[in-house]
Amino acid sequence: MSTPEAAPSTSGSAPRCPALVRLSLAGFRNHARLELRLEPRSVVLIGPNGVGKTNLLEAISLLAPGRGLRRAGLGELLGPAATAWAIGATLQGLAGVREVATALEATGRGDRRVATLDGGVRRGPVSLAGVLPLLWLTPAMDRLFVEGAGNRRRFLDRLVYGLDPAHAERLQAYDRALRERLTLLRAGRRDPAWLTALEARLAADGVAIAAARVATVERLGAALAAEDGPFPAADLALVGEMEAALATTPALAVEEGFATRLARNRATDAEAGTTTVGPHRSDLAVSYRARGTPARLASTGEQKALLIAILLGQARVASAAGLAPVLLLDEVAAHLDEARRRALFDRLAAHPGQVWLTGTEAALFAGTAATCQGIALAGDGWRMVDLLP
Amino acid sequence: MRSKGAGAAGPIERLVDALARLPGLGPRSARRAALALLRHRESLLDPLALAIEDTRRSVHACRRCGNLDTTDPCRICTDATRDAGLVCVVEHVADLWAIERAGAWRGHYHVLGGTLSALSQVGPEQLAVAPLLARVATGDVREVVLALNVTVDGQTTAHYLAEQLAAFPISVTRLAQGVPLGGELDHLDDGTLTAALRQRR
Ligand SMILES: [Zn+2]
Repeated sequence: MSTPEAAPSTSGSAPRCPALVRLSLAGFRNHARLELRLEPRSVVLIGPNGVGKTNLLEAISLLAPGRGLRRAGLGELLGPAATAWAIGATLQGLAGVREVATALEATGRGDRRVATLDGGVRRGPVSLAGVLPLLWLTPAMDRLFVEGAGNRRRFLDRLVYGLDPAHAERLQAYDRALRERLTLLRAGRRDPAWLTALEARLAADGVAIAAARVATVERLGAALAAEDGPFPAADLALVGEMEAALATTPALAVEEGFATRLARNRATDAEAGTTTVGPHRSDLAVSYRARGTPARLASTGEQKALLIAILLGQARVASAAGLAPVLLLDEVAAHLDEARRRALFDRLAAHPGQVWLTGTEAALFAGTAATCQGIALAGDGWRMVDLLP
Repeated sequence: MRSKGAGAAGPIERLVDALARLPGLGPRSARRAALALLRHRESLLDPLALAIEDTRRSVHACRRCGNLDTTDPCRICTDATRDAGLVCVVEHVADLWAIERAGAWRGHYHVLGGTLSALSQVGPEQLAVAPLLARVATGDVREVVLALNVTVDGQTTAHYLAEQLAAFPISVTRLAQGVPLGGELDHLDDGTLTAALRQRR
Protein backbone atom coordinates (compact mmCIF):
# COMPACT_ATOMS: atom_id res chain seq x y z
CA MET A 1 0.00 0.00 0.00
CA SER A 2 1.37 3.40 -0.87
CA THR A 3 1.44 6.16 1.67
CA PRO A 4 -0.62 9.17 0.65
CA GLU A 5 1.22 12.45 0.65
CA ALA A 6 0.90 13.81 4.18
CA ALA A 7 1.11 17.52 4.82
CA PRO A 8 4.66 18.62 5.64
CA SER A 9 4.78 18.94 9.39
CA THR A 10 8.09 20.57 10.19
CA SER A 11 7.10 24.08 9.17
CA GLY A 12 5.08 25.90 11.82
CA SER A 13 2.18 27.09 9.75
CA ALA A 14 1.76 23.88 7.78
CA PRO A 15 -1.82 22.67 7.58
CA ARG A 16 -2.63 19.34 9.24
CA CYS A 17 -4.56 16.51 7.74
CA PRO A 18 -7.01 15.40 8.98
CA ALA A 19 -8.08 18.46 10.97
CA LEU A 20 -11.20 20.08 12.34
CA VAL A 21 -11.63 23.66 11.12
CA ARG A 22 -15.03 24.18 12.75
CA LEU A 23 -16.65 22.65 15.82
CA SER A 24 -20.19 23.58 16.90
CA LEU A 25 -21.89 22.33 20.03
CA ALA A 26 -25.48 22.85 21.19
CA GLY A 27 -27.01 21.52 24.39
CA PHE A 28 -23.98 19.29 24.88
CA ARG A 29 -23.03 18.87 28.57
CA ASN A 30 -21.99 22.33 29.88
CA HIS A 31 -21.77 23.85 26.38
CA ALA A 32 -25.23 25.32 25.71
CA ARG A 33 -23.88 26.89 22.54
CA LEU A 34 -20.32 27.04 21.28
CA GLU A 35 -18.83 27.51 17.85
CA LEU A 36 -15.08 27.24 17.35
CA ARG A 37 -13.52 28.46 14.10
CA LEU A 38 -10.06 26.95 13.72
CA GLU A 39 -7.07 26.90 11.47
CA PRO A 40 -6.10 23.44 10.23
CA ARG A 41 -3.31 23.32 12.81
CA SER A 42 -3.01 21.67 16.20
CA VAL A 43 -4.93 23.12 19.14
CA VAL A 44 -3.96 23.91 22.71
CA LEU A 45 -7.07 24.32 24.82
CA ILE A 46 -6.51 26.27 28.02
CA GLY A 47 -8.98 26.87 30.81
CA PRO A 48 -9.72 26.29 34.49
CA ASN A 49 -11.05 22.96 35.71
CA GLY A 50 -14.76 22.54 35.09
CA VAL A 51 -14.90 24.89 32.10
CA GLY A 52 -15.62 21.95 29.79
CA LYS A 53 -12.35 21.10 28.06
CA THR A 54 -12.84 17.35 28.36
CA ASN A 55 -16.47 17.75 27.28
CA LEU A 56 -15.21 19.40 24.13
CA LEU A 57 -12.84 16.52 23.38
CA GLU A 58 -15.66 14.11 24.15
CA ALA A 59 -17.79 15.88 21.54
CA ILE A 60 -15.03 15.36 18.95
CA SER A 61 -14.81 11.69 19.94
CA LEU A 62 -18.50 11.35 19.08
CA LEU A 63 -17.79 12.25 15.45
CA ALA A 64 -16.92 8.56 15.12
CA PRO A 65 -19.01 5.44 15.83
CA GLY A 66 -19.21 4.30 19.44
CA ARG A 67 -19.92 5.92 22.77
CA GLY A 68 -17.10 8.46 22.83
CA LEU A 69 -14.15 8.82 25.18
CA ARG A 70 -16.20 8.59 28.37
CA ARG A 71 -18.45 5.77 27.12
CA ALA A 72 -21.37 7.88 28.34
CA GLY A 73 -25.04 7.14 27.83
CA LEU A 74 -26.93 9.37 25.39
CA GLY A 75 -28.87 11.07 28.20
CA GLU A 76 -25.72 11.89 30.19
CA LEU A 77 -24.53 14.07 27.31
CA LEU A 78 -27.56 16.34 27.60
CA GLY A 79 -26.96 19.86 28.98
CA PRO A 80 -28.78 20.95 32.16
CA ALA A 81 -31.49 23.00 30.41
CA ALA A 82 -31.37 21.24 27.03
CA THR A 83 -33.89 18.86 25.47
CA ALA A 84 -31.54 17.71 22.69
CA TRP A 85 -27.86 17.95 21.86
CA ALA A 86 -26.05 18.33 18.57
CA ILE A 87 -22.42 18.36 17.44
CA GLY A 88 -21.33 19.67 14.06
CA ALA A 89 -17.88 19.87 12.52
CA THR A 90 -16.09 20.74 9.32
CA LEU A 91 -13.27 18.30 8.63
CA GLN A 92 -10.35 18.76 6.37
CA GLY A 93 -9.20 15.29 5.40
CA LEU A 94 -7.26 13.47 2.72
CA ALA A 95 -10.47 13.13 0.73
CA GLY A 96 -11.28 16.86 0.93
CA VAL A 97 -13.60 18.87 3.13
CA ARG A 98 -16.52 17.11 4.81
CA GLU A 99 -19.36 18.28 7.01
CA VAL A 100 -20.05 15.85 9.84
CA ALA A 101 -22.87 16.12 12.34
CA THR A 102 -24.31 13.95 15.07
CA ALA A 103 -27.23 14.57 17.39
CA LEU A 104 -29.59 13.07 19.88
CA GLU A 105 -32.94 12.27 18.31
CA ALA A 106 -36.06 11.43 20.28
CA THR A 107 -38.22 8.74 18.71
CA GLY A 108 -41.40 7.01 19.80
CA ARG A 109 -39.25 4.13 21.07
CA GLY A 110 -36.70 6.19 23.02
CA ASP A 111 -33.61 8.23 22.27
CA ARG A 112 -31.04 7.39 19.66
CA ARG A 113 -27.96 8.95 18.14
CA VAL A 114 -28.10 9.91 14.48
CA ALA A 115 -25.36 11.14 12.15
CA THR A 116 -25.17 12.93 8.82
CA LEU A 117 -22.36 13.39 6.32
CA ASP A 118 -22.30 16.46 4.09
CA GLY A 119 -25.88 17.29 4.96
CA GLY A 120 -27.16 13.96 3.60
CA VAL A 121 -29.76 11.64 5.09
CA ARG A 122 -29.65 10.78 8.78
CA ARG A 123 -28.18 7.36 9.52
CA GLY A 124 -26.91 5.46 12.52
CA PRO A 125 -23.51 6.41 14.01
CA VAL A 126 -21.90 3.37 12.32
CA SER A 127 -22.13 5.39 9.08
CA LEU A 128 -19.32 7.57 10.50
CA ALA A 129 -16.85 4.65 10.40
CA GLY A 130 -13.56 5.68 8.84
CA VAL A 131 -14.55 9.35 8.37
CA LEU A 132 -12.49 10.81 11.21
CA PRO A 133 -9.72 8.54 12.56
CA LEU A 134 -9.23 9.33 16.25
CA LEU A 135 -6.90 8.36 19.04
CA TRP A 136 -7.27 9.64 22.58
CA LEU A 137 -5.58 9.65 25.96
CA THR A 138 -7.47 10.84 29.04
CA PRO A 139 -6.79 10.88 32.79
CA ALA A 140 -9.41 8.13 33.15
CA MET A 141 -6.97 5.84 31.34
CA ASP A 142 -4.26 6.33 33.99
CA ARG A 143 -5.35 3.09 35.65
CA LEU A 144 -5.49 1.13 32.40
CA PHE A 145 -2.68 -1.25 33.39
CA VAL A 146 -3.96 -1.99 36.89
CA GLU A 147 -7.70 -2.32 36.34
CA GLY A 148 -9.66 -5.20 34.82
CA ALA A 149 -9.07 -6.59 31.34
CA GLY A 150 -12.23 -5.07 29.81
CA ASN A 151 -10.90 -1.54 29.38
CA ARG A 152 -7.53 -2.80 28.10
CA ARG A 153 -9.32 -4.96 25.55
CA ARG A 154 -11.40 -1.99 24.41
CA PHE A 155 -8.22 0.11 24.21
CA LEU A 156 -6.58 -2.58 22.09
CA ASP A 157 -9.63 -2.87 19.84
CA ARG A 158 -9.60 0.89 19.27
CA LEU A 159 -5.97 0.58 18.16
CA VAL A 160 -6.95 -2.26 15.80
CA TYR A 161 -9.87 -0.26 14.50
CA GLY A 162 -7.49 2.65 13.79
CA LEU A 163 -5.57 0.44 11.34
CA ASP A 164 -8.45 -1.71 10.14
CA PRO A 165 -11.80 0.15 10.14
CA ALA A 166 -13.69 -3.12 9.43
CA HIS A 167 -12.77 -4.27 12.95
CA ALA A 168 -15.61 -2.28 14.57
CA GLU A 169 -18.22 -4.03 12.45
CA ARG A 170 -16.69 -7.43 13.21
CA LEU A 171 -16.80 -6.77 16.96
CA GLN A 172 -20.38 -5.63 16.70
CA ALA A 173 -21.41 -8.76 14.78
CA TYR A 174 -19.54 -11.01 17.22
CA ASP A 175 -21.12 -9.30 20.22
CA ARG A 176 -24.58 -9.65 18.71
CA ALA A 177 -24.07 -13.38 18.03
CA LEU A 178 -22.81 -13.84 21.63
CA ARG A 179 -25.97 -12.27 23.00
CA GLU A 180 -28.16 -14.28 20.62
CA ARG A 181 -26.57 -17.56 21.74
CA LEU A 182 -26.80 -16.69 25.45
CA THR A 183 -30.44 -15.70 25.05
CA LEU A 184 -31.19 -19.13 23.59
CA LEU A 185 -29.19 -20.94 26.28
CA ARG A 186 -30.71 -18.97 29.15
CA ALA A 187 -34.21 -19.63 27.84
CA GLY A 188 -33.34 -23.33 28.01
CA ARG A 189 -33.86 -23.56 24.28
CA ARG A 190 -31.60 -26.28 22.89
CA ASP A 191 -32.29 -25.98 19.20
CA PRO A 192 -29.02 -27.54 17.98
CA ALA A 193 -29.30 -26.27 14.39
CA TRP A 194 -29.90 -22.69 15.54
CA LEU A 195 -27.09 -22.83 18.11
CA THR A 196 -24.74 -24.36 15.54
CA ALA A 197 -25.50 -21.53 13.11
CA LEU A 198 -24.69 -18.92 15.78
CA GLU A 199 -21.55 -20.76 16.86
CA ALA A 200 -20.32 -20.94 13.26
CA ARG A 201 -20.77 -17.20 13.06
CA LEU A 202 -18.97 -16.65 16.38
CA ALA A 203 -16.10 -18.84 15.28
CA ALA A 204 -15.65 -17.04 11.94
CA ASP A 205 -15.84 -13.55 13.45
CA GLY A 206 -13.86 -14.60 16.52
CA VAL A 207 -10.92 -15.77 14.43
CA ALA A 208 -11.06 -12.61 12.30
CA ILE A 209 -11.04 -10.48 15.47
CA ALA A 210 -8.12 -12.39 16.97
CA ALA A 211 -6.16 -12.25 13.69
CA ALA A 212 -6.69 -8.49 13.36
CA ARG A 213 -5.46 -8.02 16.93
CA VAL A 214 -2.37 -10.14 16.26
CA ALA A 215 -1.59 -8.12 13.14
CA THR A 216 -1.96 -4.81 14.98
CA VAL A 217 0.16 -5.88 17.94
CA GLU A 218 2.89 -7.04 15.55
CA ARG A 219 2.94 -3.77 13.62
CA LEU A 220 2.68 -1.64 16.74
CA GLY A 221 5.20 -3.78 18.60
CA ALA A 222 7.80 -3.16 15.92
CA ALA A 223 7.23 0.60 16.13
CA LEU A 224 7.48 0.58 19.93
CA ALA A 225 10.68 -1.43 20.00
CA ALA A 226 12.32 1.38 18.04
CA GLU A 227 11.48 3.89 20.77
CA ASP A 228 14.67 5.25 22.33
CA GLY A 229 13.77 8.71 23.59
CA PRO A 230 12.55 9.74 27.02
CA PHE A 231 9.51 7.53 26.59
CA PRO A 232 10.10 3.90 27.56
CA ALA A 233 10.11 1.11 25.00
CA ALA A 234 7.21 -1.27 25.59
CA ASP A 235 6.62 -4.91 24.81
CA LEU A 236 3.08 -5.84 23.89
CA ALA A 237 1.65 -9.32 24.16
CA LEU A 238 -1.81 -10.70 23.58
CA VAL A 239 -3.20 -12.91 26.27
CA GLY A 240 -5.88 -15.03 24.67
CA GLU A 241 -6.27 -18.64 23.68
CA MET A 242 -7.37 -17.88 20.16
CA GLU A 243 -4.68 -15.27 19.54
CA ALA A 244 -2.07 -17.75 20.80
CA ALA A 245 -3.46 -20.60 18.70
CA LEU A 246 -3.16 -18.51 15.54
CA ALA A 247 0.63 -18.43 15.97
CA THR A 248 0.91 -22.21 15.52
CA THR A 249 -2.30 -23.39 13.84
CA PRO A 250 -3.95 -22.49 10.51
CA ALA A 251 -6.85 -20.06 10.95
CA LEU A 252 -9.38 -22.53 9.54
CA ALA A 253 -8.44 -25.12 12.16
CA VAL A 254 -8.64 -22.52 14.95
CA GLU A 255 -12.10 -21.59 13.69
CA GLU A 256 -13.30 -25.19 13.70
CA GLY A 257 -11.79 -25.82 17.11
CA PHE A 258 -13.56 -22.79 18.56
CA ALA A 259 -16.92 -23.82 17.08
CA THR A 260 -16.49 -27.31 18.56
CA ARG A 261 -15.70 -25.94 22.00
CA LEU A 262 -18.68 -23.61 21.93
CA ALA A 263 -20.92 -26.58 21.10
CA ARG A 264 -19.39 -28.61 23.91
CA ASN A 265 -19.78 -25.72 26.40
CA ARG A 266 -23.50 -25.15 25.90
CA ALA A 267 -24.52 -26.61 29.26
CA THR A 268 -21.77 -24.88 31.25
CA ASP A 269 -22.35 -21.54 29.50
CA ALA A 270 -26.08 -21.81 30.18
CA GLU A 271 -25.37 -22.42 33.85
CA ALA A 272 -22.74 -19.67 34.12
CA GLY A 273 -24.93 -17.24 32.18
CA THR A 274 -21.86 -16.19 30.19
CA THR A 275 -19.72 -17.41 27.31
CA THR A 276 -16.68 -18.96 28.95
CA VAL A 277 -14.29 -19.02 25.99
CA GLY A 278 -13.59 -16.62 23.15
CA PRO A 279 -11.71 -13.47 22.14
CA HIS A 280 -14.14 -11.38 24.20
CA ARG A 281 -12.07 -12.55 27.18
CA SER A 282 -8.62 -11.70 25.80
CA ASP A 283 -6.26 -9.18 27.38
CA LEU A 284 -3.34 -6.99 26.35
CA ALA A 285 -0.19 -7.43 28.45
CA VAL A 286 2.22 -4.50 28.44
CA SER A 287 5.71 -4.62 29.92
CA TYR A 288 8.92 -2.61 29.96
CA ARG A 289 11.31 -3.80 27.33
CA ALA A 290 14.40 -2.74 29.29
CA ARG A 291 13.46 -4.37 32.59
CA GLY A 292 10.99 -7.01 31.45
CA THR A 293 8.64 -6.02 34.27
CA PRO A 294 4.88 -5.68 33.82
CA ALA A 295 3.57 -2.15 33.40
CA ARG A 296 1.16 -2.47 36.33
CA LEU A 297 4.11 -2.64 38.77
CA ALA A 298 5.54 0.72 37.64
CA SER A 299 4.88 4.11 39.24
CA THR A 300 1.86 6.11 38.06
CA GLY A 301 4.13 8.53 36.19
CA GLU A 302 5.99 5.72 34.40
CA GLN A 303 2.71 4.08 33.42
CA LYS A 304 1.58 7.35 31.88
CA ALA A 305 4.86 7.64 29.95
CA LEU A 306 4.33 4.09 28.68
CA LEU A 307 0.80 4.91 27.54
CA ILE A 308 2.09 7.96 25.69
CA ALA A 309 4.76 5.81 24.04
CA ILE A 310 2.06 3.38 22.83
CA LEU A 311 -0.09 6.22 21.58
CA LEU A 312 2.79 7.85 19.69
CA GLY A 313 3.78 4.49 18.20
CA GLN A 314 0.22 3.86 17.06
CA ALA A 315 0.02 7.36 15.55
CA ARG A 316 3.20 6.65 13.55
CA VAL A 317 2.00 3.26 12.32
CA ALA A 318 -1.44 4.59 11.35
CA SER A 319 0.04 7.64 9.61
CA ALA A 320 2.40 5.44 7.60
CA ALA A 321 -0.67 3.45 6.48
CA GLY A 322 -2.40 6.64 5.31
CA LEU A 323 -4.78 6.62 8.29
CA ALA A 324 -3.30 9.48 10.35
CA PRO A 325 -5.63 10.15 13.27
CA VAL A 326 -6.63 13.34 15.05
CA LEU A 327 -5.11 13.00 18.53
CA LEU A 328 -7.05 14.05 21.63
CA LEU A 329 -4.70 14.37 24.61
CA ASP A 330 -6.56 15.42 27.73
CA GLU A 331 -4.46 16.79 30.63
CA VAL A 332 -1.40 14.95 29.40
CA ALA A 333 1.18 17.76 29.69
CA ALA A 334 0.54 18.46 33.39
CA HIS A 335 1.90 15.11 34.55
CA LEU A 336 5.15 15.13 32.60
CA ASP A 337 8.45 16.69 33.60
CA GLU A 338 9.95 19.44 31.46
CA ALA A 339 12.16 17.11 29.38
CA ARG A 340 9.36 14.69 28.53
CA ARG A 341 6.96 17.53 27.83
CA ARG A 342 9.38 19.00 25.28
CA ALA A 343 9.95 15.57 23.78
CA LEU A 344 6.19 15.01 23.51
CA PHE A 345 5.69 18.36 21.75
CA ASP A 346 8.50 17.51 19.31
CA ARG A 347 6.88 14.19 18.45
CA LEU A 348 3.47 15.78 18.07
CA ALA A 349 4.91 18.43 15.75
CA ALA A 350 5.92 15.60 13.42
CA HIS A 351 2.42 14.05 13.43
CA PRO A 352 0.58 14.75 10.16
CA GLY A 353 -2.86 14.95 11.80
CA GLN A 354 -4.27 17.63 14.08
CA VAL A 355 -3.50 17.30 17.80
CA TRP A 356 -5.71 18.61 20.61
CA LEU A 357 -4.00 19.29 23.94
CA THR A 358 -5.71 20.54 27.08
CA GLY A 359 -4.38 22.07 30.29
CA THR A 360 -5.15 24.61 33.00
CA GLU A 361 -2.35 27.06 32.27
CA ALA A 362 -0.52 28.38 29.22
CA ALA A 363 2.89 27.93 30.87
CA LEU A 364 2.58 24.14 30.40
CA PHE A 365 2.64 24.56 26.65
CA ALA A 366 5.81 26.55 26.14
CA GLY A 367 7.36 25.42 22.86
CA THR A 368 4.12 24.83 20.97
CA ALA A 369 3.64 28.30 19.48
CA ALA A 370 5.13 27.30 16.13
CA THR A 371 2.75 24.40 15.52
CA CYS A 372 -0.36 25.11 17.57
CA GLN A 373 -3.12 27.67 17.91
CA GLY A 374 -4.01 28.61 21.47
CA ILE A 375 -7.62 28.75 22.57
CA ALA A 376 -8.70 29.97 26.00
CA LEU A 377 -11.99 28.52 27.12
CA ALA A 378 -14.00 30.46 29.73
CA GLY A 379 -17.51 30.18 31.10
CA ASP A 380 -18.78 32.77 28.64
CA GLY A 381 -17.06 31.62 25.44
CA TRP A 382 -13.63 31.35 23.92
CA ARG A 383 -10.87 33.49 22.46
CA MET A 384 -7.60 32.95 20.65
CA VAL A 385 -4.51 33.36 22.82
CA ASP A 386 -0.80 33.47 22.07
CA LEU A 387 1.27 30.44 23.02
CA LEU A 388 4.82 30.67 24.31
CA PRO A 389 7.56 29.88 21.75
CA MET B 1 -43.78 10.49 24.62
CA ARG B 2 -46.84 10.73 22.38
CA SER B 3 -47.16 14.01 20.50
CA LYS B 4 -50.70 15.22 19.91
CA GLY B 5 -51.74 17.09 16.79
CA ALA B 6 -52.49 20.56 18.12
CA GLY B 7 -56.24 21.08 18.17
CA ALA B 8 -56.89 17.75 16.48
CA ALA B 9 -59.28 15.22 17.94
CA GLY B 10 -60.99 11.93 17.10
CA PRO B 11 -60.45 10.65 13.56
CA ILE B 12 -57.72 13.15 12.68
CA GLU B 13 -55.72 12.16 15.71
CA ARG B 14 -56.19 8.50 14.80
CA LEU B 15 -55.02 9.24 11.25
CA VAL B 16 -51.90 11.03 12.52
CA ASP B 17 -51.14 8.17 14.93
CA ALA B 18 -51.55 5.59 12.16
CA LEU B 19 -49.33 7.55 9.75
CA ALA B 20 -46.67 8.05 12.43
CA ARG B 21 -46.29 4.28 12.69
CA LEU B 22 -45.22 4.01 9.04
CA PRO B 23 -41.52 3.47 8.39
CA GLY B 24 -39.69 6.73 7.75
CA LEU B 25 -42.43 8.91 9.22
CA GLY B 26 -42.15 10.44 12.69
CA PRO B 27 -44.98 12.23 14.51
CA ARG B 28 -44.05 15.56 12.92
CA SER B 29 -44.07 14.38 9.30
CA ALA B 30 -47.22 12.35 10.03
CA ARG B 31 -48.96 15.56 11.09
CA ARG B 32 -47.78 17.29 7.92
CA ALA B 33 -49.00 14.40 5.76
CA ALA B 34 -52.39 14.31 7.50
CA LEU B 35 -52.87 18.06 7.00
CA ALA B 36 -51.94 17.77 3.31
CA LEU B 37 -54.47 14.94 2.88
CA LEU B 38 -57.22 17.00 4.49
CA ARG B 39 -56.40 20.12 2.54
CA HIS B 40 -56.42 18.32 -0.82
CA ARG B 41 -59.41 16.08 -0.40
CA GLU B 42 -60.03 15.28 -4.05
CA SER B 43 -56.48 14.99 -5.30
CA LEU B 44 -54.92 13.22 -2.25
CA LEU B 45 -57.35 11.96 0.38
CA ASP B 46 -59.97 10.26 -1.81
CA PRO B 47 -57.55 8.41 -4.12
CA LEU B 48 -55.51 7.25 -1.10
CA ALA B 49 -58.59 6.05 0.78
CA LEU B 50 -59.77 4.15 -2.28
CA ALA B 51 -56.36 2.64 -2.93
CA ILE B 52 -56.02 1.50 0.68
CA GLU B 53 -59.51 -0.01 0.73
CA ASP B 54 -58.93 -1.71 -2.62
CA THR B 55 -55.60 -3.15 -1.48
CA ARG B 56 -57.01 -4.30 1.83
CA ARG B 57 -59.78 -6.22 0.06
CA SER B 58 -57.88 -7.73 -2.89
CA VAL B 59 -54.23 -8.28 -1.94
CA HIS B 60 -53.28 -11.41 0.01
CA ALA B 61 -50.16 -13.39 0.83
CA CYS B 62 -49.60 -16.27 -1.58
CA ARG B 63 -50.12 -19.54 0.31
CA ARG B 64 -47.27 -21.12 -1.60
CA CYS B 65 -44.46 -18.55 -1.56
CA GLY B 66 -45.64 -15.68 0.66
CA ASN B 67 -45.60 -13.05 -2.11
CA LEU B 68 -48.30 -10.38 -1.98
CA ASP B 69 -50.67 -10.40 -4.95
CA THR B 70 -54.32 -10.22 -5.95
CA THR B 71 -54.37 -13.92 -6.85
CA ASP B 72 -53.52 -16.93 -4.68
CA PRO B 73 -51.29 -18.67 -5.73
CA CYS B 74 -49.60 -15.51 -6.94
CA ARG B 75 -48.79 -14.71 -10.56
CA ILE B 76 -45.17 -15.76 -10.11
CA CYS B 77 -46.15 -19.19 -8.79
CA THR B 78 -48.58 -19.71 -11.69
CA ASP B 79 -46.30 -18.34 -14.43
CA ALA B 80 -45.65 -21.33 -16.71
CA THR B 81 -42.52 -19.71 -18.19
CA ARG B 82 -40.78 -19.75 -14.80
CA ASP B 83 -38.67 -22.65 -13.56
CA ALA B 84 -40.40 -24.16 -10.51
CA GLY B 85 -37.31 -26.25 -9.77
CA LEU B 86 -35.45 -23.12 -8.61
CA VAL B 87 -36.52 -21.47 -5.36
CA CYS B 88 -35.01 -18.21 -4.13
CA VAL B 89 -35.44 -17.73 -0.36
CA VAL B 90 -35.76 -14.10 0.77
CA GLU B 91 -36.49 -12.42 4.10
CA HIS B 92 -39.30 -10.11 3.06
CA VAL B 93 -41.59 -9.37 0.13
CA ALA B 94 -39.55 -6.17 -0.36
CA ASP B 95 -36.52 -8.33 -1.24
CA LEU B 96 -38.61 -10.37 -3.69
CA TRP B 97 -39.76 -7.18 -5.36
CA ALA B 98 -36.19 -5.86 -5.53
CA ILE B 99 -35.05 -9.02 -7.35
CA GLU B 100 -38.08 -8.83 -9.67
CA ARG B 101 -37.34 -5.16 -10.43
CA ALA B 102 -33.84 -6.17 -11.48
CA GLY B 103 -35.32 -8.88 -13.73
CA ALA B 104 -32.59 -11.12 -12.39
CA TRP B 105 -34.49 -14.32 -11.58
CA ARG B 106 -36.65 -16.69 -13.63
CA GLY B 107 -37.39 -19.19 -10.85
CA HIS B 108 -39.82 -19.18 -7.93
CA TYR B 109 -39.54 -17.59 -4.47
CA HIS B 110 -40.07 -18.36 -0.83
CA VAL B 111 -40.62 -15.48 1.60
CA LEU B 112 -39.43 -16.38 5.12
CA GLY B 113 -41.04 -13.40 6.84
CA GLY B 114 -37.90 -12.33 8.70
CA THR B 115 -34.76 -13.82 10.25
CA LEU B 116 -33.97 -15.87 13.30
CA SER B 117 -33.36 -13.63 16.30
CA ALA B 118 -33.38 -14.89 19.86
CA LEU B 119 -33.14 -11.30 21.13
CA SER B 120 -36.31 -10.36 19.21
CA GLN B 121 -37.95 -13.69 20.09
CA VAL B 122 -38.20 -14.84 16.50
CA GLY B 123 -37.60 -18.59 16.17
CA PRO B 124 -38.02 -21.03 13.26
CA GLU B 125 -41.71 -21.45 14.10
CA GLN B 126 -42.33 -17.70 13.64
CA LEU B 127 -40.87 -17.94 10.13
CA ALA B 128 -42.00 -19.89 7.05
CA VAL B 129 -39.31 -22.56 7.60
CA ALA B 130 -41.59 -25.61 7.83
CA PRO B 131 -43.46 -24.66 4.61
CA LEU B 132 -40.10 -24.34 2.84
CA LEU B 133 -39.00 -27.80 3.95
CA ALA B 134 -42.42 -29.13 2.89
CA ARG B 135 -41.99 -27.58 -0.57
CA VAL B 136 -38.57 -29.17 -0.95
CA ALA B 137 -39.87 -32.53 0.33
CA THR B 138 -42.28 -32.77 -2.63
CA GLY B 139 -39.23 -33.43 -4.82
CA ASP B 140 -40.08 -30.65 -7.30
CA VAL B 141 -37.18 -28.41 -6.23
CA ARG B 142 -33.65 -28.85 -7.66
CA GLU B 143 -31.96 -25.82 -6.15
CA VAL B 144 -32.58 -23.44 -3.25
CA VAL B 145 -30.81 -20.06 -3.35
CA LEU B 146 -30.49 -18.44 0.08
CA ALA B 147 -30.75 -14.73 -0.78
CA LEU B 148 -30.73 -13.45 2.79
CA ASN B 149 -29.31 -10.13 3.87
CA VAL B 150 -25.66 -9.94 4.90
CA THR B 151 -26.55 -9.03 8.48
CA VAL B 152 -25.68 -11.13 11.54
CA ASP B 153 -29.23 -12.46 11.75
CA GLY B 154 -29.53 -12.96 7.98
CA GLN B 155 -26.35 -15.02 7.79
CA THR B 156 -27.20 -17.04 10.91
CA THR B 157 -30.56 -17.85 9.32
CA ALA B 158 -28.89 -18.83 6.03
CA HIS B 159 -26.55 -21.16 7.93
CA TYR B 160 -29.50 -22.65 9.81
CA LEU B 161 -31.48 -23.25 6.62
CA ALA B 162 -28.48 -24.78 4.86
CA GLU B 163 -28.21 -27.33 7.70
CA GLN B 164 -31.93 -28.12 7.51
CA LEU B 165 -31.80 -28.51 3.72
CA ALA B 166 -28.68 -30.71 3.78
CA ALA B 167 -30.92 -33.76 4.24
CA PHE B 168 -32.43 -33.31 0.75
CA PRO B 169 -30.82 -34.28 -2.57
CA ILE B 170 -30.82 -30.70 -3.87
CA SER B 171 -28.16 -28.03 -4.25
CA VAL B 172 -28.21 -25.15 -1.78
CA THR B 173 -26.44 -21.99 -2.90
CA ARG B 174 -25.88 -18.48 -1.58
CA LEU B 175 -25.52 -15.11 -3.23
CA ALA B 176 -22.03 -14.40 -4.53
CA GLN B 177 -19.71 -12.04 -2.68
CA GLY B 178 -20.06 -8.44 -3.70
CA VAL B 179 -23.08 -7.84 -1.54
CA PRO B 180 -21.76 -5.36 1.02
CA LEU B 181 -21.75 -6.32 4.71
CA GLY B 182 -25.00 -5.21 6.34
CA GLY B 183 -26.27 -4.61 2.82
CA GLU B 184 -29.96 -5.13 2.45
CA LEU B 185 -31.15 -6.48 -0.87
CA ASP B 186 -33.82 -3.84 -1.08
CA HIS B 187 -31.15 -1.12 -1.25
CA LEU B 188 -28.85 -2.74 -3.82
CA ASP B 189 -28.72 -1.55 -7.38
CA ASP B 190 -30.05 -3.89 -10.07
CA GLY B 191 -26.63 -4.67 -11.54
CA THR B 192 -25.16 -5.79 -8.20
CA LEU B 193 -28.21 -7.94 -7.50
CA THR B 194 -28.16 -9.57 -10.92
CA ALA B 195 -24.44 -10.33 -10.62
CA ALA B 196 -24.86 -11.72 -7.09
CA LEU B 197 -27.62 -14.07 -8.27
CA ARG B 198 -25.84 -15.15 -11.43
CA GLN B 199 -22.61 -15.97 -9.58
CA ARG B 200 -24.32 -17.78 -6.71
CA ARG B 201 -22.53 -20.78 -5.29
ZN1 LIG C 1 -46.53 -17.36 -4.91
